[in-house]
Amino acid sequence: MKGWFQAIGDWFDARLGIRAVFLPMMRHPVPRQLEGPEGWFYVFGSASLTLFLIQIITGIGLALVYVPAADKAYESLLFLDYEQPFGWFLRALHYYAGSGMVVMLLVHMTQVFLHGSYKYPRELTWVVGVFLLVCTMGMFFSGQILRWDPDAYWGLAVAGSMAGRVPLIGPWVVDMLLGGPIIGGDSLSRFFALHVFVIPGALMFFLAVHLWLVLRCGVSSPPVPGQSVDPRTYDAAYHKELEEEGVPFLGDALLKDILFSALAVTVVIVIAAYLGPKGPTGPPDPALAGANPRPEWPFLWLFALLALSPPAIETFIMLVFPVVVIGVLMLVPFISNRGERAPSRRPVAVLSVIVIYTTLAALTYEGITAPWSPKMTAWTSDPIPEHIVEHASPVELQGSLVFQYKNCRNCHALDGLGGDRGPDLTSIGVRMTRNQLIDQVSNGTPGGGNMPAYGKQISPAEMDALVDFLVSLRPEGQLPAGATDISFAAAAELPNKETR
Amino acid sequence: MENSPTPCGAANVSEPPGRRTFLRVLTGAFGTIAAAALSVPLVGYFFGLRKRHVFWVDLGPVSDFPLNQTRRLDFDNPLQQPWDGITALTGVYARYEGKDDKAEDQFLVLSVNCAHLGCPVTWFQQSGLFMCPCHGGVYYADGEHASGPPPRGMFHVVWRTKAGRLEIQAPHYPTLQNTLTGTV
Repeated sequence: MKGWFQAIGDWFDARLGIRAVFLPMMRHPVPRQLEGPEGWFYVFGSASLTLFLIQIITGIGLALVYVPAADKAYESLLFLDYEQPFGWFLRALHYYAGSGMVVMLLVHMTQVFLHGSYKYPRELTWVVGVFLLVCTMGMFFSGQILRWDPDAYWGLAVAGSMAGRVPLIGPWVVDMLLGGPIIGGDSLSRFFALHVFVIPGALMFFLAVHLWLVLRCGVSSPPVPGQSVDPRTYDAAYHKELEEEGVPFLGDALLKDILFSALAVTVVIVIAAYLGPKGPTGPPDPALAGANPRPEWPFLWLFALLALSPPAIETFIMLVFPVVVIGVLMLVPFISNRGERAPSRRPVAVLSVIVIYTTLAALTYEGITAPWSPKMTAWTSDPIPEHIVEHASPVELQGSLVFQYKNCRNCHALDGLGGDRGPDLTSIGVRMTRNQLIDQVSNGTPGGGNMPAYGKQISPAEMDALVDFLVSLRPEGQLPAGATDISFAAAAELPNKETR
Repeated sequence: MENSPTPCGAANVSEPPGRRTFLRVLTGAFGTIAAAALSVPLVGYFFGLRKRHVFWVDLGPVSDFPLNQTRRLDFDNPLQQPWDGITALTGVYARYEGKDDKAEDQFLVLSVNCAHLGCPVTWFQQSGLFMCPCHGGVYYADGEHASGPPPRGMFHVVWRTKAGRLEIQAPHYPTLQNTLTGTV
């Protein structure tokens, strides 16, 4: 029997030449250190690849049931979640394995950057890796659109509005993006084609080139302080090292990759099973009130950056900044393709990583909390804390009603309750005088800043009551703003109190 | 070596050079024709713009609109595809502003999409403001920019009255360089 299999195998191999081509590939020598503890630094790329394979399998599975039509997509997602055996799990796994893929890519890139592995002769490997990152982000965005819920609908709206700012050809770009005059079935079909054919095709092409480059240029050995890369001598030294003490890739090195990949897959499976599928949050009904679109987590930092930047440079951040970031990433190996590789000898590289990740983390946190978004329901849902109005005069009480009715609360919190767009006004009476308050409420922030001018939205009586209320917002025993001593305060306030 | 067979595809040295040149030119010519013939429909398909149709949407009798009251109206956009489902719903804010000097009914019709990044703005009757939930863009009742990041006021929708009814031109998705009134 074994002989039969052997014979059949030989017959095919005589024609396909698999052994002659692939066996040397699998057995190609890698630096000896990969068999030791330092080999654990090299497992993140293959883990990304493994998670990508999970994405292909789960993606094909989802495509068997999902309907990429605007009037049926949401229902087909519900069917996947509740009717299709393990449909909920495949949806969850597709989301969390995709998230894991982004995480692994970032860790892999960071490791390659810190170890200087992108330096000569592996510049192109890095550049193709950047393309892979771009493709993965593209998959994340297009995937979110396929989850045809209000976030997807309004995410497309935001993308369309950004595209509309491209000089001259903006309207055409919007049309290309949305596929038609409105956000609807054409847009969904477009993003389905992107998510299922175009971007995965590009991704697989770049992946093949990336892997070919890894084989051809070899796996870099772990950096040694003092051992610097010189393109004139590197190749000879590297090949000598491999010849003398290299170990086959198909061995302990590969075993580490497999073990870590298995671990990564187990982790995403557990997370997926525990957290379940992400969304859809509701039908993609544009008329639904309370839309509050948020991008997926890999884009939260950009969302925050856009919200926090001054309007004057906003268009630049939308259209030019991403290109600059990708461009700088691609230029990395050309800015420094020689010299030291060890992180201990490259303080700028280490500092860059720390600064970049701190910035991304801070912006992502801002993106999650989104303090710039008004709380649209605060004026009816967040009552004025009782202790604030406990001793209020009738006019101040009336002012507190004006404060609620005029939707001030949507942007201004009291005792931390309400919107965060403007400052919390719990103790505003200490900071601003009566006249300053009247000016601020009437004129807002001059030049179309953060606060609208209420001058025409509010009657003189309402203004009086509102400002009375605002002046009364002070911690106990504190003087109103502008009052320098107790006699001033007495003149301004005490008669009022006595008449209560 | 003399008796070895000619490998496949090897040049036949006895061939007159004119023939080979001709074949090369012919390949180049047909290659160009094939590529051009293929690229015209492909480029047209992938990057061409569809014909734009103008539809008018009936929003109801003028008498249904109280003076100076802003109301939100959602309707099935006729620019939709038959398979658009619920996403074909499009919203506008309409406000009856009374009659002008010529006794013609005047309306203000605004798109719900914020001029900043397209999020749906909400009308607050009490404060007379439109607020956007995304980045806090605020507009006055007339659609003019009040505060926040929007670079302009809300997008105006083209309207007309016909036989005592308010009609609007079916709005496409409005963006800064492609507004609904044809003016930036």
